Amino acid sequence: MNIHEYQGKAVLKQYGVVVPEGKVAFTVDEAVKAAEELGSGVVVVKAQIHAGGRGKAGGVKVAKNLDEVRAYASEILGKTLVTHQTGPEGKEVKRLLIEQGCDIKKEYYIGVVLDRATGRVTIMASEEGGTEIEEVAEATPEKIFKEVVDPAIGLQAYQARKLAYAINIPNELINKAAKFILSLYAAFVEKDCSVAEINPLVVTGDGQVMALDAKLNFDSNALYRHKDIQELRDLDEEDPKEIEASKFDLSYIALDGNIGCMVNGAGLAMATMDIIKYYGGEPANFLDVGGGATTEKVTEAFKIILSDEKVKGIFVNIFGGIMRCDVIANGVVEAAKQVGLDRPLVVRLEGTNVELGKQILNESGLNIVAADSMADGAQKIVQLVK
Amino acid sequence: MAILVNKDTKVITQGITGATGLFHAKGALDYGTQMVGGVTPGKGGTNVDITLENGSVVSLPVFNTVQQAVDATGATASVIYVPPAFAAEAIIEAVDAGIELVICITEGIPVLDMVKVKRYMEGKDSVLIGPNCPGVITPGECKIGIMPGYIHAPGHVGVVSRSGTLTYEAVHQLTTRGIGQSTAVGIGGDPVKGSEFIDILRRFNDDPDTYAVIMIGEIGGTAEEEAAEWIKANMTKPVVGFIGGATAPPGKRMGHAGAIISGGKGTAAEKIATMEKCGIRVAPTPAEMGSTLVSLLEEKGLLEKVKTIK
Repeated sequence: MNIHEYQGKAVLKQYGVVVPEGKVAFTVDEAVKAAEELGSGVVVVKAQIHAGGRGKAGGVKVAKNLDEVRAYASEILGKTLVTHQTGPEGKEVKRLLIEQGCDIKKEYYIGVVLDRATGRVTIMASEEGGTEIEEVAEATPEKIFKEVVDPAIGLQAYQARKLAYAINIPNELINKAAKFILSLYAAFVEKDCSVAEINPLVVTGDGQVMALDAKLNFDSNALYRHKDIQELRDLDEEDPKEIEASKFDLSYIALDGNIGCMVNGAGLAMATMDIIKYYGGEPANFLDVGGGATTEKVTEAFKIILSDEKVKGIFVNIFGGIMRCDVIANGVVEAAKQVGLDRPLVVRLEGTNVELGKQILNESGLNIVAADSMADGAQKIVQLVK
Repeated sequence: MAILVNKDTKVITQGITGATGLFHAKGALDYGTQMVGGVTPGKGGTNVDITLENGSVVSLPVFNTVQQAVDATGATASVIYVPPAFAAEAIIEAVDAGIELVICITEGIPVLDMVKVKRYMEGKDSVLIGPNCPGVITPGECKIGIMPGYIHAPGHVGVVSRSGTLTYEAVHQLTTRGIGQSTAVGIGGDPVKGSEFIDILRRFNDDPDTYAVIMIGEIGGTAEEEAAEWIKANMTKPVVGFIGGATAPPGKRMGHAGAIISGGKGTAAEKIATMEKCGIRVAPTPAEMGSTLVSLLEEKGLLEKVKTIK
């Protein structure tokens, strides 16, 4: 799960990570009031969306007085920002962070991630702050320093100091930087983050080491033990179809194509998208209905797929393992009747009682095409939506 | 021969009194697995009576701790169906009790819990398969997990996969072509897991009864690339591969916690390129895993040897 920058900074602050003073604003008046309360000369008006690259897209402005705050807030609120992470449709700005300006001496990068190869939390640091870490890794990998954390003892202070020295933090600020890194790690572990990225980390004219930006992602499997983080979920940032799917424990991701997919199992669901593409079609979504494909779940899945106007046809690909094919076929027929299916439907069933399942589909009186195999089904649906 | 499990493997179920644990304990018994007991703290000293498909009733003893279960039954394998919040600890308990093979089916374990489990298991002799996996089956001998047993047939092709349903898909394509399997192993869809491809490939390579392997990967991480390099350097048997997720958008988790392209890394294209470079024949679609293996084995003159179903 993602959260906004201002929320991330509030979480980090609880762990002693130094962040600039700031307030969230939902309206222009709130933005001006926030700037007034901060009382500093220069404030930064920052668009709050769940995507990086906001600065380049015009979503971050430095205001020297309250009039400028009002002007920038009016400009950014309601604007649709298109960044390399939003996709071409962009994201509308509904919240602003009004933050104290600071005297930046130098920018750095600190990231905490889970390294899959070692199965350990790893801290990455670089002197190339402000640039995306992927670009640094590509161009100058020697400028990225890493410390791997032993989960039995946690991040050690010397490891934090090693990183601070490696990225050339000024000598007099090494201890502040080390404390910053230790605090960031503590937040990562205690809140079950999957990513905690500070880019840039800045050293200021008055000798502070602080997080100018903060990107926190959380492990959705661990949200059950963090009620406070769950409350930070912003539904405006999510696809409505994905929100609806999550209510029914369906794993759904919207894509750009016109062939709706309903599959059991994440691997098979991905592979089904792939085979549709292979035969010249475009998948409209990823959808895993899970192992027990009940009539209720299949019905909800149909509703969600059909709510996407781009969808011209649906391909159901089920490998009935534990579930029998006749049960699944009945579920599909029942669901199709309930939702008033108005677009072509190709169903591929495999597994126990497959013949009975196909018979149920064929005798349903509905416009359902039974496929003999995954390849056959993919080709049939691609033809039908042409 | 096969790998990891066979007809003599004695298995206990952790979480046996829950609906899922009970359902799959019955499935294992129906298949002929030596399921010898179960663990549910607080239910120790009771028995669960399971009525099999053939009408007979098996009464399995329930224990409070894995240690008690091991001492009483001599089990060497354990399968875990406990809920995600308690599953990591269940793995550690099994390892601590000296269980040789721990198979964790549970999906949704917090990844930092698995980081601790992996650290705890360093230097221990136990092998962990999963979590978030279908389990392990040696056809005709032992089924531990949630896979449908009937699609499998005994034979000589090893299957290893990050995805449950794609494993079934591959196995089904093999069986319908007359090709049985030595063992099918689902290593699971999580980013931090007990066994990686290489751990299983090494066993298949050492197993005289496995003549060829199908390896099924997906987007996210670099385990397939590492496995491909290992295969190039060590594997003496033909390997066919498939990678799911060629059409997956970056930055989105595709169902499995581990199936995500992040920072441009972990794409299907990258994995397929490395696998092909390392001599693995990669199936162009998930529907062609079986046929790709057949044509490779034909070229190698091995097809008749793996046709175990007459």
